[in-house]
Amino acid sequence: MPDLVNALIDAWQLVLSGDQTLIAIVSLSLSISLTAVLFATVLGLPLGAALAVLRFPGRNAAVVLVNALMGLPPVVAGLFVYLLLSRSGPLGGLGLLFTPTAMIIAQTVLVTPIVAGVARQAIEDLWRDYGELYLLDGVGRLRTVGSLLWLGRFSLLTAVLAGVGRAAAEVGAILIVGGNIAGVTRTMTTAIALETSRGDLALALGLGIILLALVLAINATAQLFRNSARSAAAI
Amino acid sequence: MSGSVRAFAAGCLLLLTTGSGALAQQPFINVASTTSTEESGLFGHLLPVFTKATGIEVRVVAVGTGQALKIGERGDCDVVFVHDRPAELAFVENGFGIDRHEVMYNDFVLIGPKADPAGADGGRDIVAAFRKIATAEAPFVARGDDSGTSKAELRYWKEAGVDPRATGGGWYRDTGSGMGPTLNTAAAMDGYALSDRGTWLSFKNKQSLKIVVAGDRRLFNQYGVMLVNPAKHPEVKQQLGQKFIDWLVSPAGQQTIADYKINGEQLFFPDAKTGPS
Repeated sequence: MPDLVNALIDAWQLVLSGDQTLIAIVSLSLSISLTAVLFATVLGLPLGAALAVLRFPGRNAAVVLVNALMGLPPVVAGLFVYLLLSRSGPLGGLGLLFTPTAMIIAQTVLVTPIVAGVARQAIEDLWRDYGELYLLDGVGRLRTVGSLLWLGRFSLLTAVLAGVGRAAAEVGAILIVGGNIAGVTRTMTTAIALETSRGDLALALGLGIILLALVLAINATAQLFRNSARSAAAI
Repeated sequence: MSGSVRAFAAGCLLLLTTGSGALAQQPFINVASTTSTEESGLFGHLLPVFTKATGIEVRVVAVGTGQALKIGERGDCDVVFVHDRPAELAFVENGFGIDRHEVMYNDFVLIGPKADPAGADGGRDIVAAFRKIATAEAPFVARGDDSGTSKAELRYWKEAGVDPRATGGGWYRDTGSGMGPTLNTAAAMDGYALSDRGTWLSFKNKQSLKIVVAGDRRLFNQYGVMLVNPAKHPEVKQQLGQKFIDWLVSPAGQQTIADYKINGEQLFFPDAKTGPS
């Protein structure tokens, strides 16, 4: 119990102190995770839509694959990207290993299936309900998909938020490809892992509370946006 | 919609490029090293002094010795700074590293619960203590991660004539984790564990754990540094890496290592010789 209280105190003092290292770690965490989610959204939404609407041989297998990859262990994604970016790997010449860019790549690999998987389900349901109406009206498939994406924007926001949650929470992948280098690739989650290793459990949990607060803030903003969009639509 | 996506993407590209631009300004090297040097706080003390003297930033990837050597083997760092002499010599022998120097030593200590169910406390004989733990089947928390500490521990078991994995009974717990997590586990289950002294001294979750055996000559833990072979990996920053190695074994570097203390206790003892070993 005293540990938990100390963690809260640590978190609060860290926030109050406006510690430069903490600010750098928080902004690195946010920029890596949000950038990865952005890329994952740009890749995942069209992929999900295509799987929902198009009919092609192997579609079922592709759906199963995307759903399975939603549960891809971060360590495996990290190892995969590590071997790709390693000097001895196929993309070694880029020299990206142990940089924030490598971490964004690893998280994009992790988050894309989540966005694609949730988006596919949402769009498939809409397609079943409204798709034929659009087609009967002579609207092309591509434009229909565009309309459905807009129609399902709130479900798709959930897909993106699930991605944000995954990216902000994971440590396995970015630890391997980033190396947890102080001041360069140390994020909230890798710092938490390090402080846990050092036995400073209160500080580790304190950092965890700050991370949780950030994710909460992102979700609250999304909820606000959703509510205001809904009420605007009602008028 | 697509407009905002494009704006987003542009923002991110900007972020990426400014990020890497800022990183490119100061020359830096990547050093693969062990958790003991990072978690004990030595690097936090040592590296700023080096950077101030030379303008070279040192980026440390702290992992177990086994993994650190692997990172070097693949050419993903410039310098390897670890503690497992046989593995280091093999690394150089196989052409992955050059110019190995011994830099410093610390020692391992046997950590155990105050209650000391195996009666291993006191004395300096690490092998006798290991035998007592095995006989009592008291919980022993092992690294099991191919680190320098793990390899040392396995050597002591061998000398004790005990194969802990074969005895069964569940008292030998192979956690496959770093030094800190291993100590956290030992603290939680009142178990014994082998630790380097530096990590132990800076470890903050000791609970009822304490040092039960220390001072055996066999607990001596030598650290070595080597440059990743530029002949194998041309991307290696040979000059910058060499500067770091030269500084570590120089009087200034050695003094900086000796100056690092926790609660007045010195953690690492410089012992570099001139010329490669």
